[in-house]
Amino acid sequence: MDQSAWTFIIVGASFALYIAIAIWSRAGSSKEFYVAGGGVPPLANGAATAADWMSAASFISMAGIISFQGYDGSVYLMGWTGGYVLLALLLAPYLRKFGKYTVPDFVGDRYYSQFGRIVAVICALFVSFTYVSGQMRGVGVVFSQFLNVPITLGVIIGMGIVFIYAVLGGMKGITYTQVAQYCVLIFAFMTPAIFISILLTGTAVPQFGFVGDLGGDVGAQIAENPVVAQGATAGGVALLEALDRLNVELGFNQYTDGSKSTIDLFMITMALMVGTAGLPHVIIRFYTVPRVRDARMSAFWALLFIAILYTTAPAVGAFARTNLIDTINGAYYSEEAAIQAGADPTDARIAPEWFASWEDINLLAWTDKNGDGRIQYRAGAPFAGKPSFIAGADATTDEGRGSFGQRLISNELSASANELFVDRDIMVLANPQIARLPNWVVGLVAAGGLAAALSTAAGLLLVISTAVSHDLLKRVFMPSITEKQELWGARIAAACGVVLAGLIGIYPPDYVAAIVALAFGLAASSFFPAIILGVFDKRANREGVILGMIVGISFTGAYILMFKFTILDAVLQALTGWAPGAPKTDFWLFGISPEGIGTVGMLINFALALSVSRLTKPPPKEIQDLVEEIRLPRGAGEAHEMQVPPATIEDL
Amino acid sequence: MTPQTSTTARSVSEADRRAYWRANIRYVLTLLTIWFIVSYGAGILFKDALDSIRIGGAGLGFWFAQQGAIFVFVLLIAVYVFLMRRLDRCFGVEEE
Repeated sequence: MDQSAWTFIIVGASFALYIAIAIWSRAGSSKEFYVAGGGVPPLANGAATAADWMSAASFISMAGIISFQGYDGSVYLMGWTGGYVLLALLLAPYLRKFGKYTVPDFVGDRYYSQFGRIVAVICALFVSFTYVSGQMRGVGVVFSQFLNVPITLGVIIGMGIVFIYAVLGGMKGITYTQVAQYCVLIFAFMTPAIFISILLTGTAVPQFGFVGDLGGDVGAQIAENPVVAQGATAGGVALLEALDRLNVELGFNQYTDGSKSTIDLFMITMALMVGTAGLPHVIIRFYTVPRVRDARMSAFWALLFIAILYTTAPAVGAFARTNLIDTINGAYYSEEAAIQAGADPTDARIAPEWFASWEDINLLAWTDKNGDGRIQYRAGAPFAGKPSFIAGADATTDEGRGSFGQRLISNELSASANELFVDRDIMVLANPQIARLPNWVVGLVAAGGLAAALSTAAGLLLVISTAVSHDLLKRVFMPSITEKQELWGARIAAACGVVLAGLIGIYPPDYVAAIVALAFGLAASSFFPAIILGVFDKRANREGVILGMIVGISFTGAYILMFKFTILDAVLQALTGWAPGAPKTDFWLFGISPEGIGTVGMLINFALALSVSRLTKPPPKEIQDLVEEIRLPRGAGEAHEMQVPPATIEDL
Repeated sequence: MTPQTSTTARSVSEADRRAYWRANIRYVLTLLTIWFIVSYGAGILFKDALDSIRIGGAGLGFWFAQQGAIFVFVLLIAVYVFLMRRLDRCFGVEEE
């Protein structure tokens, strides 16, 4: 059976499974819709949290990012896992004990303020929308790459699936589909990783292969590469040393050394960790378990499940890059290229078949700058931007192809000697072919990418719908609505969210990609301090914390706008003396990039909240009692019903 | 730590509340210190110094940044779950 038939079957089967689960577990009450009835076992919640958390970016792009950035990519590995330690130790148990459905619920009740509640709703909506649009786009991209379906149709299919189980099932439907999606995505990620580890290092455990020596069928050949073999001792060559040598030979940094400054690495890692702990779609998962100790336990399961992928990804990145450089660099593009260059095609090294197939779907491009018919891979971009292939070129025609059969591009070439464009996503997507695995594995990887994107999208849509129906309608504007009406409100909000996210996915504004990574900075500088202080500082009051949230998120947002976009250029000029056209990186505050600035925003938030709280009057007695109550685990079963004196609209 | 024998009593004395919370804070601070050392310390601040120690084919600092810190994170949560369960039982505040 050919590859696309397998892909259709596996993707179709996984979708049928998700829909069956959604129908079996549809929500009947608002408690089921918001927190799955509060009865999810910790193991299931851990798997659901892991799927919720790992997005299309984790599954498809992260190994590729690390593969190109080497040590610098560590910020994502540590940042996106270390946040779970903060969640488990500082947030999850207490939020579970508090027991209300959403993050704005906590902020609004703990800080006895409707205004605080609305600020939290706006932050939650903003963070979730920027994130969800990237997921919908991811669904479309996977469809177009594996099934040859236009991106738009792919997004619409994804919208339909999410619509069915998020709108019908609410949190209950989402939870159990996410458990299934975790199983699909981890199996899809690990299968090719294990085989490629065997091929390159002779070890079936990628985490061991990563620090081991080259070995196995392909690894033994790589060890004979003259660049790799230089100065090697008789004991064999370590994979990472081989990669360092290959990288340096081609003019890249050493793989195991970085180019980012220490302060920037520190700040970005911190912003990602704290941002992870402040993301509303992750936090609400801890409301779904029965007891406080289940909340702690599900944080453990979640991180364990995430760690399986996150410790494999750097290994995959290193394997794929070593293999890519070794097989591609210096190889003739095709037999035709070898013949034209006067080499014997049976003896010459020729690029593998998968090269052309990934070229056909725009993830690779080669432009023969020096006319020798061989692929030359060096540091630096081969040309500006993504490849724009000359029209008419597709797999079936000769139009738009050069004399060796390569696809021609119309980009302006750079001065660099590099002739090769590699899309980072290829490091995961092409693995099954690189490892010469059967066709069904390719279908599995497609299903895994879709599972990762859909599960995250559904979790975010739930935050959006509860923010509207529960936090805004029920708690602020229409407190008298019945449960049935609230549930309808949630469903309508989820439906509108799906459509809106789909539209952003189909017509992506070009800043979406830039913003998704920055959502963490915004979450770090707003929610995290508010929740921590709400539990750990009884003296933290309305005035201090709300001011801290507003100033923290405004500072972070303004810094990002100044350095990532152009609309605040005039302000930047006035503040720093930056001149239009000059590189903005020279004017970073203490050398901190926009990705890391959320850490500074968080510190500002904490400083303001702590000091202003002490200069203004303490929180009322019943709030202090509430904090005491949150700190002890006993009685979480009743917490969903726990009543706090409702804040009045006058607080606004 | 003052162990409470009665697990059925709904109310917890003020002194016990405070002792429970202090013990909790102590656990959290200890675990977060380790969290900081393995990630920001070993993986970032002292990465270059640690890289002279090899673990397989990788420098120790690089290994902590890409593998080791994550393994330790998982362990830290496991230890926290264990410690808190013991603490809850000790003060009689665990859930039924």
